[in-house]
Amino acid sequence: MMDGGKGFEDAQTGEQKIRNFNINFGPQHPAAHGVLRLVLELDGEIVERCDPHIGLLHRGTEKLMESRTYLQNLPYFDRLDYVAPMNQEHAWCLAIEKLTGTEVPRRASLIRVLYSEIGRVLNHLLNVTTQAMDVGALTPPLWGFEEREKLMVFYERACGARLHAAYFRPGGVHQDIPEDLIDDIETWANEFPTVLGDIDGLLTENRIFKQRNADIGVISEQEALDWGFSGVMVRGSGMAWDLRRAQPYECYDEFEFQIPVGKNGDCYDRYLCRMEEMRQSVSIIHQAIAKLRAPEGKGDVMARGKLSPPKRGDMKTSMEALIHHFKLYTEGFHVPEGEIYAAVEAPKGEFGVYLVADGTNKPYKAKLRAPGYLHLQAMDHVACGHQLADVAAIIGTMDVVFGEIDR
Amino acid sequence: MTEALRDLAEIITQKQGDAVIKTEISDHGELTVEITLASVAGFVDFLKSDRDCKFSSLVDITAVDYPSRDKRFDMVWHFLSMYQNQRIRVRCKVREEDLVPSIVDVHPSANWFEREVFDMYGILFSGHPDLRRILTDYGFRGHPLRKDFPTTGYTELRYDDALKRVVYEPVKLTQDYRQFDFMSPWEGAEYILPGDEKPEAAKG
Repeated sequence: MMDGGKGFEDAQTGEQKIRNFNINFGPQHPAAHGVLRLVLELDGEIVERCDPHIGLLHRGTEKLMESRTYLQNLPYFDRLDYVAPMNQEHAWCLAIEKLTGTEVPRRASLIRVLYSEIGRVLNHLLNVTTQAMDVGALTPPLWGFEEREKLMVFYERACGARLHAAYFRPGGVHQDIPEDLIDDIETWANEFPTVLGDIDGLLTENRIFKQRNADIGVISEQEALDWGFSGVMVRGSGMAWDLRRAQPYECYDEFEFQIPVGKNGDCYDRYLCRMEEMRQSVSIIHQAIAKLRAPEGKGDVMARGKLSPPKRGDMKTSMEALIHHFKLYTEGFHVPEGEIYAAVEAPKGEFGVYLVADGTNKPYKAKLRAPGYLHLQAMDHVACGHQLADVAAIIGTMDVVFGEIDR
Repeated sequence: MTEALRDLAEIITQKQGDAVIKTEISDHGELTVEITLASVAGFVDFLKSDRDCKFSSLVDITAVDYPSRDKRFDMVWHFLSMYQNQRIRVRCKVREEDLVPSIVDVHPSANWFEREVFDMYGILFSGHPDLRRILTDYGFRGHPLRKDFPTTGYTELRYDDALKRVVYEPVKLTQDYRQFDFMSPWEGAEYILPGDEKPEAAKG
């Protein structure tokens, strides 16, 4: 009877008899990836119940959107998932373009694909490396952030802002990107696999990293469906579901890429999926650059019409262009009555916009469907029975960002 | 795509004739099914389990507020079938005091969505295990996404130096909430000048 399991009840003090322990994880916890408050009920170190309290970063985006014009609403999307801003804007633009029946010019479409993939790399770099930090490694985030910095410079060179881009606009993208920017992105895409290999070398076969991630947070195919998962969270469980392939939007149907899937559905498989997705993104970036350089890839980047501003030169000579410019940026454009659900494969999963338009210049209702919301919801289901220390790994693998969850 | 949706709409109407009020396929290739309130849980279960539908994952639940209508809210569910690669939208008109059947038993992921709809619109769900507020503050009053809720809200927070804590106060706006009307005067906005109503009244 040396294990202390039985036979010592008489010697236990009152304090030892108290079994379950409730703790607050967060809202200011470095591994909570933002302002997440988890109320955990612990039996020793085992999680028995996990109740996430969200909404600490709630800004009422959906309410605010109802009193702003379609164009004024666009920057709100940068502030949802601020790790990969342009991917969110994309969903909003697609919703408006579908309702208005706007055809996006080819060059704009290619630029959107290019920057969506840059966004995916931005997101996965942050996620993979900070997850490594959550389980104890310090070097990967430093290396990863160096690359993120380079990518943000590409953001800045395209639109003038490192994070809050407001670059994808209904009808195209705001401005064309110069040739030397395309050259620099290509140089980066050539060098990046080496950096990715370095991170891979640090983590993939790392003993501690594997111990902390393999067989942690296992999600089966059925669970992934029941809990409405999307993105890497379903692919890690073995389903090759990717909106870019299944319901192609923009011009993704002409790109060659593989969809990595996991076998065991645990944190480690999802890590491997993210690493492979970055490699696939780099390949898409190369293809997009080649297409942008081809003669068909040249041309205008905006569908010129009511949705987009007139050219600067026109405004100097044409009164109509000047009026159009003024009306576009004050009143905004009108979207015909109707409703639409537009979704993109954001790095975290399916990001969707449900838009109800009533024919005026403002959306009657806009619902933002954030992938992280559903992932975090399953926290109780996934984390129960795990050690307290694994909670950090599970939060990491779910890739939660509170900008989009709390909206 | 639209062809497949039309078939699907037909199958659904055939098998769930009692539940379906109408089906509609929009120009953008989206199928919307309007159903009766009483049949929500059964219909969602049918969508999930029927072999022709297989709408295995819930994408989104939300509501839309139309304050002028008798049945004030539109409840809207979005489902996705990863097997058939199709989406469907289910809609149900709901009165303010109506109880909507919860679908948590069919789709566990509905839990937070229903909490959010309750939080934002004040629609109650019957059979929901834990209908608390989710996004708003602890102790918040009102339902922000209703059209009659002001964007500025009713209370604001401030750190009180004397009390050494955060205090809640009624909102004081130093200037009016700016809501410009840029709508073209030739369409939309109705400007009624004082005195204009007289000739109208004389006519009527």
